[in-house]
Amino acid sequence: MNSENGSAPWDVFGYFADHRAEVLDLLWAHTWLSVLPVVIGLLVAFPIGWLARRYRWAYAPVVSVSGLLYTIPSLALFVVMPTLLGTQILDPVNVVAALTIYTIALLVRVVADGLAAVPEDAVQAATAMGFTRLQRLRTVELPLAVPVIAAGLRVAMVANVSLVAIAATIGIPQLGQLFITGFQLSVTGPYYPPIVLGIVLSVALALLLDRSIVLGARLITPWQRATAAR
Amino acid sequence: MNDVLLWLNDPQNWTGTRVTPGIVAQATAHLAYTAVALSIAGVIAFPLGLVLGHTGRASWLVSVANGLRALPTVGLLILLYVMVSPLISGRGDAVYLVPTEIALVLLALPAILANTYAGVRNVSPDARDAARGMGMTGRQVLFRVELPNALPLVFSGLRSAALQVIATATIAAYVGLGGLGRYVYDGLASRDFGQMAGGAVLVAALALLVDLALSLLQRATVSRGVSGRFSRRSTRDSRSAAVTVVRPEPPRGGPDGGRSPRQATTPAAALTPSGDHPSG
Repeated sequence: MNSENGSAPWDVFGYFADHRAEVLDLLWAHTWLSVLPVVIGLLVAFPIGWLARRYRWAYAPVVSVSGLLYTIPSLALFVVMPTLLGTQILDPVNVVAALTIYTIALLVRVVADGLAAVPEDAVQAATAMGFTRLQRLRTVELPLAVPVIAAGLRVAMVANVSLVAIAATIGIPQLGQLFITGFQLSVTGPYYPPIVLGIVLSVALALLLDRSIVLGARLITPWQRATAAR
Repeated sequence: MNDVLLWLNDPQNWTGTRVTPGIVAQATAHLAYTAVALSIAGVIAFPLGLVLGHTGRASWLVSVANGLRALPTVGLLILLYVMVSPLISGRGDAVYLVPTEIALVLLALPAILANTYAGVRNVSPDARDAARGMGMTGRQVLFRVELPNALPLVFSGLRSAALQVIATATIAAYVGLGGLGRYVYDGLASRDFGQMAGGAVLVAALALLVDLALSLLQRATVSRGVSGRFSRRSTRDSRSAAVTVVRPEPPRGGPDGGRSPRQATTPAAALTPSGDHPSG
């Protein structure tokens, strides 16, 4: 193995050229396994975070439960999911469900804090103008909370990209599979290319997704640019 | 679900047999891996964070350490294993132990370093100036003012590092290390789902217990003037006096140990999420 393909870490390009289709499949699987939990997590966390903000007594329990969930190692959660959901152990749904739980735990607090950071003046002005509670939430509080929520989304996104890779050790294919391949090919001596390729792609994916959240947040909050330019 | 309870309820699984170590032995081993990694990382990162925070120099070192966190933990673990294990000849578990401990130390370093650094940096300049004005030397300022005020953040770093290490030590069972992760991977390989999920439950319990123990240690060591915890009997005066130094404890955590949003650095630096990343 080593003599044929070369085991130097810089042979990453050669390895990629030889396994192009397979690696792209893994990259795609990794992408949706990382992104989907963030999307679902935000949809679920938003109402809970809003409730925790609306009813102060709910804040402390929500924060401690989410802290507790965050304490559970991800591998443990991946492995327990089939028991809870009745799925097969190799079902990618387990990974999505586990990461969604982490994302919710993380975002609930972020949403509550983000809504709490909306200036009281703006809220009162909206109320005085006759906005209903829903209108106020949609047109005033939510847009003003976007920067804080986006910051939380970035943390969740980057964390997920790294966490997804762990699922490869229990047999769910994504970029983490490249680490496993490298591990299995290293029996007679180190074979680096798939491992290094996996690390590079995973960091690049994290960077790309992180940037796109930053860009998206900037697009939907044009007033921030306007005030920054002044 | 039943399989899990059955497996957890079998006394033989706890004590082990002549050939297989029991749960007690594996949990002890898991704790030992964690303690060793945390001690090494602490001995390096804690003094370094104190000095960098106190002097405000070489903050790029903290950024570099934070950059480490963007790496996928499994990738780092397997890369180090493949690199280091051929260099180790010999007996027993050393082939698995040495590379994994290196990986665990590397994972624990950034959280401890970044939080210690941020803790010391974030001490209110008023408190620091007052200490100087009272004639304290640099060393006295560091140990009597900055360190006590930084302790909540130092602890949040330590706790997220501990979670990260416990989580990653579980995954290290994949390359052959012992510990509770063994049950997860052995159960998976032999299609014994009771053992697999039982192992997962034990890992989660271990993580919760260690976090609880560290939080009790934190409670015992952090000054009430900093944490703002006062018994009901204490007077209003002491409360308001404390307010000047109170800083709310930042969140800590991360399922993979350390990538939760509760971190010392601003969330804006998401790619180098200091603080807690679940990556393990």
